[in-house]
Amino acid sequence: MKAFGVTFRHGVHPPDSKELTEAVQVRRMPFPDRIALPLRQHAGKPARCLVRKGDRVERGDKIAEADGFVSVPIHASAAGTVAAIDWWPHPDGSLAETVVIDVEPFSPQIPRPRSVPHWEGLSPDEVRAAVQEAGVVGLGGAAFPTHVKLSPPPDLPIEWLLVNGAECEPYLTTDHRTMVEHPERVHFGIRIMMQCLGVERAVIGVEKNKPDAIAELERSLPEDLDVTVMPLTVKYPQGAEKMLIEVVTGREVPSGKLPMHVGAVVQNVGSIATIAEVFETGLPLIERIVTVTGPGLRKPANLIVPVGTMLVDVLEFCGGVTDDAAEIVFGGPMMGTSQPDMRTPIIKGTTGVVVLTAAHVKPKRTYPCIKCGHCLDACPVFLNPSELGILAQAGRYEEMERLHLLDCMLCGCCSYVCPSNIPLSQMFALSKKALRKRAAA
Amino acid sequence: MDVHRFELTASPHIKGPDSTPRIMWSVVATLVPVVGAAIYWFGPSAALVITTATVGCVVTERLFGPGGTLRDGSAAITGVLLGLTLPPGIPLWMAFVGGFIAIGLGKLVFGGLGQNVFNPALLGRALLQAAFPDDMTTWPAAVEHWWQLRGDNFALPLTSADPTVALTGATPLGQMKFEQIPTEAVDLFMGATSGSTGETAAVVILAGGIYLAVKKYLNWRIPISILLTVAVLSQVAHFVDPDRYPGALFMLFSGGLMLGAWYMATDMVTSPTTNHGCWIFGAGIGAMAVLIRLWGGLPEGVMYSILFMNALVPFINRATQPRVFGTGEEVVAS
Repeated sequence: MKAFGVTFRHGVHPPDSKELTEAVQVRRMPFPDRIALPLRQHAGKPARCLVRKGDRVERGDKIAEADGFVSVPIHASAAGTVAAIDWWPHPDGSLAETVVIDVEPFSPQIPRPRSVPHWEGLSPDEVRAAVQEAGVVGLGGAAFPTHVKLSPPPDLPIEWLLVNGAECEPYLTTDHRTMVEHPERVHFGIRIMMQCLGVERAVIGVEKNKPDAIAELERSLPEDLDVTVMPLTVKYPQGAEKMLIEVVTGREVPSGKLPMHVGAVVQNVGSIATIAEVFETGLPLIERIVTVTGPGLRKPANLIVPVGTMLVDVLEFCGGVTDDAAEIVFGGPMMGTSQPDMRTPIIKGTTGVVVLTAAHVKPKRTYPCIKCGHCLDACPVFLNPSELGILAQAGRYEEMERLHLLDCMLCGCCSYVCPSNIPLSQMFALSKKALRKRAAA
Repeated sequence: MDVHRFELTASPHIKGPDSTPRIMWSVVATLVPVVGAAIYWFGPSAALVITTATVGCVVTERLFGPGGTLRDGSAAITGVLLGLTLPPGIPLWMAFVGGFIAIGLGKLVFGGLGQNVFNPALLGRALLQAAFPDDMTTWPAAVEHWWQLRGDNFALPLTSADPTVALTGATPLGQMKFEQIPTEAVDLFMGATSGSTGETAAVVILAGGIYLAVKKYLNWRIPISILLTVAVLSQVAHFVDPDRYPGALFMLFSGGLMLGAWYMATDMVTSPTTNHGCWIFGAGIGAMAVLIRLWGGLPEGVMYSILFMNALVPFINRATQPRVFGTGEEVVAS
């Protein structure tokens, strides 16, 4: 580990706005009256439903099973009765098949007794199976099933476990609070992952705007493992997988390849803490920490929220929105999605709920591209967003593909800096979709 | 609960502080001191010429533009810049025509803001130079009183300036080229010389340009590479023949080089989008300006070098595309 830069080239510096919640202790939110659990909460195939309307479920019961390898089961996050299995607003803006559960009002919410496997006695395959069975996915936003990342093909040796504590999205503090409040749990999760992957080295990357998290992690470093904490420059998107790998290992993930092709597995701090919890309590992933924040919210907080809790309940618990609240975003403001429907549930990949006011919502008026080149200086994967934008408007998707559109990770840096306010990343998302459609046709 | 309407927009949901009008108006704001210096040295003539050129641009944009585009400030920049490149004694109607050409032929025929190939102000000036070569090269001499006009500004439209009204002098570059008379560096730096309204006070242009570079409203690589190339090439020539060729200092601070390097070449629309491209673009302008000044038939060549390099921008862009992350060099897992 030498001559590593502490950051990547390009990127942007949005105000991090974390002061609202970075020092706020994580609290548990009471169970809502009703929860909605979409069958599609992870990247990959949606889970297959196991319950019927009217069924009684306990907290932690499996209500949908994994459909194939790149899929995970869904568990009831509260005891109650299945009220409906129907289309329901999904955070991605679509309608998705969802199990709606009426929560039993006076239930103690105690899960069924279960045996907790002793992880040291398990083979890597058994660890993976347990992780999949617990429904664990990446909690950083993309919700990629964790057991898949734990299963690299045998011909790709893994050298590094990179633990992503960068949390570079403005406003969000869930990973920050996890590292400050449960550093031991993070280290326990790292231990399990390192054994399962058979790697010798782990690096926890944390942006320097979280000095307390860095201090807590370093204080509790295990002595028998090669784990280091690497403070990173505060810059967006420092937490993007490819950026983090380049900073820590000095290697660029080749275009179109996965991190494992350069010998690295990246896992978000929150997911690692969840793995630890699975082997501490035996409970599956049924709740997560969510930062509920923003200038348009009365009482910002970091909350442990049962998966499936609806937006309206979370906002109500946080004192409601201010009169000038203008937009509600799931996830961070750079890559998150706007939510128009109050019934939308928090799902496994929801890192935060950010309520923006009119003053913070971006302006609507756009101007012609003035070729300033600011987007080229911002793009962390060195694309030419200016030219791609012109091609996108003309619908020349094949040409965009030749210019490496598929390497775009939709981080939003180009749109953020564009003085003409051209919705570049939105155009790229649509162009990618169009290309996928054409490839399928 | 009241009905609360929420926005539904695509990510990112926050936006950086820069906007196109803000960039444009910042450029206009930094040009105010340059205009001030022009008025200081050339009196009411400078004010009249710059105002007329700006009015010409703005009126053209308003009449023939797509509508609502005056607020973005780009027409105003073109007008002020054009005015700053004109001789103070030029008839005002020519300045107005220059503004019309700059916006009409320089920008709107290409499709408006962001689409033009050539710097509109310089295109306007180039056409004026071709149409009215005498009036465009009549430089004022020193006058007795500050409020005196520096030429026949009020010549009737479609008529040339009355040559008896103009007090003609010579620019430092002209003096150097045709008579081998050098000018004091201090005079060049402060602007106490003859020339176009805005090209004389190098110090004011430099201050505005540096401010814009710090704000990233212009790419600093362009002026730096232009100035470096000019300095190096002219110094080499100066060593070869010190009597014929002036030194780097003279070349840097005379004529339109400062205004061209900081305000014309850096026009975002007509300069390369890549940083490597900006270096090439600037070096090309610098080299060409030196060539024209030292060996060409004209005393000044900044305008033509910028226009020429403008035409090459698409090629420069294509040749300097950034290497996409994870491509090119093979990365092998060890």
